Amino acid sequence: MQPKKKTLRPIVTGSSVLGIKYKDGVILASDTLGSYGSLARFRDIRRIVPITKHTVIGGTGEFSDFQEITKILRQKIIENQELVESGKEEDELLPSEIHSYLSRVLYGRRNKFNPLWNDVVVAGFEKGKVHMGTVDLWGSYFEDDIIATGYGTYFALPLMRKAYKKDMERDKALEVLRDCLTVLFYRDCRTINRYVFAEITKEGVNITEPVEIETKWEIADWQEGKL
Amino acid sequence: METYLGEKQQASQWSPYINNGGSCLAVAGDDFAVIASDTRMSLGYSIKTRYSTKSLKITEKCSIVSSGMQADIFTLHKVLKSRAQIYEQKHGKPMSTDAVAKLVSRLLYYRRFFPYYTFNIVAGVDEEGIGCVFSYDAIGTLERVKYSASGSGSSLIEPVLDNQVALKNRNDIKKEDFKLTKEYAIDLVKDAITSAGERDIYTGDFVEISVIDLNGTHQDKFELRFD
Repeated sequence: MQPKKKTLRPIVTGSSVLGIKYKDGVILASDTLGSYGSLARFRDIRRIVPITKHTVIGGTGEFSDFQEITKILRQKIIENQELVESGKEEDELLPSEIHSYLSRVLYGRRNKFNPLWNDVVVAGFEKGKVHMGTVDLWGSYFEDDIIATGYGTYFALPLMRKAYKKDMERDKALEVLRDCLTVLFYRDCRTINRYVFAEITKEGVNITEPVEIETKWEIADWQEGKL
Repeated sequence: METYLGEKQQASQWSPYINNGGSCLAVAGDDFAVIASDTRMSLGYSIKTRYSTKSLKITEKCSIVSSGMQADIFTLHKVLKSRAQIYEQKHGKPMSTDAVAKLVSRLLYYRRFFPYYTFNIVAGVDEEGIGCVFSYDAIGTLERVKYSASGSGSSLIEPVLDNQVALKNRNDIKKEDFKLTKEYAIDLVKDAITSAGERDIYTGDFVEISVIDLNGTHQDKFELRFD
């Protein structure tokens, strides 16, 4: 008989994922760090990945479970493609369908007391509108215009809630995200200054290469004329 | 690690249950029922989203509201909706409120050894057109009552309903002189959940309220405090 294998605690973890809707689409952002406890072990991982032409997912928590989720979803897309090609299905899976399916997968795992230790953001474009929502390791499922997972819930979400306006401009949305990422870099120990942005519009998905954001570390006391 | 008594102690085990908070209530009159729930979804001291529905309209004459763990509420409502649809297609008529009430009890007891963390209230009009409210515990204990409150604000709401609907400890009015009108019930439900929102941190944001009578269900929304 095999020994019991269950997730007891997350080992390699990703920090926050932020998402905000704007006039023509939605932007997700995260850093590229996989922490091994307090060690900044993997400094170039992708915690936001495309699933279909119009959907991305972003993951907080255990990175290996996020990779498993990516595998599960991509497998579902392939199965669906076969149905599309044989004429049994209309079109590729919608973001809301992927979101719904993922919520059942994660809920099923929590029922077996062996969760996929993640907080996943699902975002995409369908029927001319943006769909963005989240699922967590217990199977909680909801949609919203602004999403933040991990420490982002505490630091970024209040800032995003203050700044968010329905149908805001793209530049404003990016500015809000960059501001929140900076705050997270200052205050969350398990982050690095290397970020990836994923933008989804009716044209499709565009995930940027990692970028750095300017931060200020001067101490006012030690600067001439400041204090 | 072993304690001096020799038992092994594991690192604190992961719990499959969480409480997303929220309050629900329902009041039955002679020929109507009023049922309401807030829409805040919390986790710990954070608000995950300000709008996540806790109610489900099962038939034109019957609705359910649930508080507790959102993942379990979502699943229970999915199963219930599906079962109600199957019944209607098999029997050629919608489920009666009594049948729905019993079905919810059975569905909950089915999970007797891994319960749905849900605290439900079913309300509607019965086959004779008389308003009814059914309240449950997590494993399906069923009781038909005139009014009920559940969730994080239930201890704030229930005593108000005791005094205002059942006229407990009232010296100013006699039971024979009191008629529970629809307008009175709606105002009472609104006031009761608003009051819960003042003092209970998990209750707030929005309220979904339904008035059910023989003509059908009328659904409405209003705002609560955002703090």
